[in-house]
Amino acid sequence: MGQLSIATLIAIFQEMLGPVVFWALVVIAPLGLIAFLYVLIAQRGVFSRAFLRAEVIGLIGGTLSVFVLLTLTNSSITDMGGPIDIIALASVWIGGAIGSAMIAYTIIGLLLKRRSD
Amino acid sequence: MSDFSKMLGAPLNPSRRRAIRNILLGGAALSVGARAVAGAKPVATKARIVVVGAGAAGLGVAARLSQRLDGAKITILDARKRHLYQPGFTLIAAGLHGASYSVTETAHWIPRNVDWIEEAAAAFDPAGNSVTTTSGKKISYDFLVVAAGIQLDYASVAGMDVAQIGKNGLGSVYASPEAAEATYRAMSAFTDKGGRGLFHRPATEIKCAGAPLKYTFITDDAARRKGNRGKVELLYAAHNKSFFSVPIFNEKIRMLFEDRGVKSVKDHVIKAIDIGARRASFDTPTGVETIDYDFINLVPPMRAPEAVRNSELPWKTGGWAADGWIEVDKHSLRHPRFPNVFAVGDIAGVPKGKTAASAKWQVPVAVDHLVADIAGGKSTASYTGYTSCPLITKIGRAMLVEFDYNNNIMSSFPGVISPFEELWVTWLIKAIGLKPTYYAMLRGEA
Repeated sequence: MGQLSIATLIAIFQEMLGPVVFWALVVIAPLGLIAFLYVLIAQRGVFSRAFLRAEVIGLIGGTLSVFVLLTLTNSSITDMGGPIDIIALASVWIGGAIGSAMIAYTIIGLLLKRRSD
Repeated sequence: MSDFSKMLGAPLNPSRRRAIRNILLGGAALSVGARAVAGAKPVATKARIVVVGAGAAGLGVAARLSQRLDGAKITILDARKRHLYQPGFTLIAAGLHGASYSVTETAHWIPRNVDWIEEAAAAFDPAGNSVTTTSGKKISYDFLVVAAGIQLDYASVAGMDVAQIGKNGLGSVYASPEAAEATYRAMSAFTDKGGRGLFHRPATEIKCAGAPLKYTFITDDAARRKGNRGKVELLYAAHNKSFFSVPIFNEKIRMLFEDRGVKSVKDHVIKAIDIGARRASFDTPTGVETIDYDFINLVPPMRAPEAVRNSELPWKTGGWAADGWIEVDKHSLRHPRFPNVFAVGDIAGVPKGKTAASAKWQVPVAVDHLVADIAGGKSTASYTGYTSCPLITKIGRAMLVEFDYNNNIMSSFPGVISPFEELWVTWLIKAIGLKPTYYAMLRGEA
């Protein structure tokens, strides 16, 4: 077996998403993370009202991620065939939930900060 | 990776480490194995290299040679304007995609510093180091890489007419993406109405030996989804005494057929078909037997293209001589009688695997040997016979079948993705992972 390099993965994801979407994501993702950290620092901790709303959006986002993946791959929950499938599906849900919650928290935080300014 | 091991607090064995790494990096079976010499300085050369065939193997070779050589005159020969992603044919024939799913333009994949001659090779003169194209153009070379693929020999099945695919219950996934789409229409009509579905494979070497099995399972699944499985009889006519050449997987398939209620007969080699009467004839040890069907997925016998068969390149003796597969050392892919000639992909006369995954693993090895020849060195790269087949057992599940020349299981995700379990994650690899990996392979990047 050979090595799976970062260069190979970049090539594969470029083919999967198209170079424009791929590189846009590469640029946007760190910017989003910086914005999230900025909100956290600016508010000196977690702002509970925004956090609660973000959690609700996270629940929806996680479920939506699973739904989109199942739809894109012509599969359903009943196709889970072993523990690794459940782990993979749960990972998709968790990834979608955390991602959408972070996006929601950042947007809400930025809006609230703007209002308070 | 050592840091990761420390994080887990326990040393990892190499295979487990590989599995975890592959999962962390999101890798798929086909994607394992990157550039052999990423970052190495290109070798300066004026060598003339001809690559025959712009399929998966040929384009991969051209791309990697263009990355590793500086100043070489690389020419690729292929008359086909369309490049076909053949692993997608079963998905098209399952009704999940249209024919366009597998079609791109050959021109899109030709590396910038490679000359494409839009003609097929008509004759090989390996003693004189030249190839002649269909228009009579003679091209001399210092190195030749033959990746001419396979010829679907429909003509050797008496009564077969490719134009009839999609009609009268006649399916044949292999012929083209359009034929795969037409096969879906015929299969769908059959699973609506019921009757006998007949599946088989020829006695020759074939592309992806799992594909005839996959389509049996896909048809079973289609009938079940429609609630019509009770109206459908599925019969698999094996060409010898097994369903699959790797014994451990053969046994699993036997169990799956039993589970799905797929009947089988052994030692049946297709000989003729009466499309109008929906009847197939098979050579068997006890003579010719006919089987009536309502739907058939006809898999044509497959041989080397005529120009290769008529040349000095094929095996002279042994099991691969008759169908014209090129004689090569199974580990280096180098021709033993013409050392400046390599064969990769389906055309290579090696014991296992005519799949994109095989091509994926053969290409870097042959390229490494060729580049070492130019550089005056010696390559230690060796192809183990690795091949893989995500064996679809229903829409939404597959088994990750991976093995080598010695019928060893070669799991990409040992301990994590079992090759004997019907899994959704394996289906994900097939459904969304393989196509981008395949295209990255054409660019020499995977």
